Amino acid sequence: MIKILAAAMFVVAAGGTAFAEGAGDPAAVKNEDGKYLDKEGNPTYKIAADGTVDWYTYSGYRRYHSECHVCHGPDGMGSTYAPALKDALKTMSYGDFLGVVASGRKNVSSSQENVMPAFGDNPNVACYMDDLYVYLRARADDAVGRVRPAKHEDKSEAYTQAENSCMGKR
Amino acid sequence: MRKILIATWLGSMAACAASGALANEELNKMAQNPKDWVMPAGDYANTRYSKLNQINASNVGKLQVAWTFSTGVLRGHEGGPLIIGNTMYVHTPFPNKVYALDLANDNKIVWKYEPKQDPNVIPVMCCDTVNRGLAYGDGKIFLHQADTTLVALDAKTGKVEWTATNGDPSKGSTGTSAALVVKDKVLVGISGGEFGVQCHVTAYDTKSGKQVWRAFSEGPDDQIKFDPEKTTALGKPVGKDSSLKTWEGDQWKIGGGCTWGWMSYDPTLDLVYYGSGNPSTWNPKQRPGDNRWSMTIFARNPDTGAAKWVYQMTPHDEWDYDGVNEMILSDQQVGGAARKLLTHFDRNGLGYTLDRATGELLVAEKYDPKVNWTSGVDMDKNSATYGRPKVVDQYSTDKQGEDHNNKGICPAALGSKDEQPAAYSPDTQLFYVPTNHVCMDYEPFKVSYTAGQPYVGATLSMYPPPGETNMGNFIAWDGKTGKIAWSNKEQFSVWSGALATGGGVVFYGTLEGYLKAVDAKTGKELYKFKTPSGIIGNVTTYEQGGKQYVAVLSGVGGWAGIGLAAGLTDPTAGLGAVGGYAALSNYTSLGGSLTVFALPQ
Repeated sequence: MIKILAAAMFVVAAGGTAFAEGAGDPAAVKNEDGKYLDKEGNPTYKIAADGTVDWYTYSGYRRYHSECHVCHGPDGMGSTYAPALKDALKTMSYGDFLGVVASGRKNVSSSQENVMPAFGDNPNVACYMDDLYVYLRARADDAVGRVRPAKHEDKSEAYTQAENSCMGKR
Repeated sequence: MRKILIATWLGSMAACAASGALANEELNKMAQNPKDWVMPAGDYANTRYSKLNQINASNVGKLQVAWTFSTGVLRGHEGGPLIIGNTMYVHTPFPNKVYALDLANDNKIVWKYEPKQDPNVIPVMCCDTVNRGLAYGDGKIFLHQADTTLVALDAKTGKVEWTATNGDPSKGSTGTSAALVVKDKVLVGISGGEFGVQCHVTAYDTKSGKQVWRAFSEGPDDQIKFDPEKTTALGKPVGKDSSLKTWEGDQWKIGGGCTWGWMSYDPTLDLVYYGSGNPSTWNPKQRPGDNRWSMTIFARNPDTGAAKWVYQMTPHDEWDYDGVNEMILSDQQVGGAARKLLTHFDRNGLGYTLDRATGELLVAEKYDPKVNWTSGVDMDKNSATYGRPKVVDQYSTDKQGEDHNNKGICPAALGSKDEQPAAYSPDTQLFYVPTNHVCMDYEPFKVSYTAGQPYVGATLSMYPPPGETNMGNFIAWDGKTGKIAWSNKEQFSVWSGALATGGGVVFYGTLEGYLKAVDAKTGKELYKFKTPSGIIGNVTTYEQGGKQYVAVLSGVGGWAGIGLAAGLTDPTAGLGAVGGYAALSNYTSLGGSLTVFALPQ
């Protein structure tokens, strides 16, 4: 009994460690209509040998450079006032990422005034959370470089349907 | 006899003080005293020229730092201080502190003002928490805070005289621009082009803070203060609903056209001049039509807001080329005739010279040879497309459509020049222009509007023009002919306002942090000094105790701090971060400070 508990605790602790250190092993173990998932069931990237990226990584690149880069700099590199997400994502879990993007974050003190707004109500961001996460996870792991991915997988039918319903398009 | 004269003069001063006309004259007069620097651009004409000549081309090399002052704020420091008599007024980015320094008493802090603002305004500011400076008039210092509060402070004590709310930050409106005092009114614009704000210029009474008039950039004629018969564009009446006709449905209500740049004023013609910014969104497909009057030069009556003339530079913008840059007023000979001119260096890469009385277009030429989105402006008065830029299909993000990545467009969205103001010297009759030398890829796509949330709709990446290693130039421009007189390469965009002086020296700052002095005639570099941080502030000069000083704020940030901090994207990856792709973060770091220079004793 004790042994089992210890084993369970170990698993939790290991999970906790992985949590603190970021997203864990990015290897894709599952493909759901062009959305790749790691062994924890979290969205991840898939880069083919010839450099072709999955649709989410590509879409995340585009959405990042529309909604995020005016603060966080080009390619997740940071700016004079917002952190480099290619580094931040090294130590941030999927759950934490969703929480911060949806609810925002404040870091205001006598020496700095950094405020991230809540994007939960903004469909241009909220409908593309996984895209942004997958792209930035790939950036944090140096799996994609600083430029626009040259080749990408096609947008799947399921993705298009989900996107249209989220964005309120007919 | 002398006593009586003085008494009469004082009496007439008091009598006039009640009327707006005097406030006007007072400021105009103060601006002509080269010892002071009484408005952000130095004078109503926005020349950024000072007659001071103690520092000149032959001695500027000996310049030394006289004193420095830390603002205690880290983020991007745009604008520059005002100097009135023995007092210098220094402003900062958010939280928008104001310091009054006693120049005659060891630069001691006489008073300090720090507003309490909701920090939720910070992320609503598109491109850092910048502020472009203060305005003076009627014994008050006017500050346009980030949260759009316009506050009047007693210039002597810093006591709040009144406040006015100019916009709603929860809907995306913010304050970054400097106000302009004209007669008994203080005029101020607003920011929020990336948040779908219907932007405007508003006049407040300097005494009470009461709103006198508000003129929107787009909307029905009464909202934009256009008279269909009397307001003209390129010499012709604009007609009814000149703005509404050029938008689809209600898109104008979230149409942008923001007014975050500079304003100038001609007291003789009694007209104020300013430009409007990009139409919202950045996706041109979502807003068919010319989107008037975004991207437009306005000439308005300062008492009523009524528009005398307009000129739209970039109809139906497809690249985010805001038209907000300063309008510099000069009187020069063109074609043998004396003309009252307005010269404007637009984000779109064209340098425009117009007749500022009538709005007649005289010159529209590229001030960076790399500009490629247009083949030029149609100057044929009989043509149906007179005054319009001819757009090159290859670089039309509208023609190429949504979800298409348009490559190699020059200039980039930050323009061949952004808000960093140019200077004009009547001695050389040249304009001194800090420029960006950057191109971009631009891909528009569909976005949905949510109040108070970013409303952008395009992805872009920026890089120097192919084959070039410099991201900026500092140029001298002949506004009469539309030609570059000389051009100095700068590794980074020049994001600092220039200063021209009677000493034949022109000053500007660089993003690495250098304050530079160059020969006004040749552009030859005569002096440089590396200040504590990158310079996006504007250079000013003043005289105190018989000595000429040159002052500049450093403190890197702003849009330059976003795109360049990490270095630009190299489209031909693998060449490494060198030359034009170098990261600014390898050269300088954050921190606001004022550096003041003078010649040694």
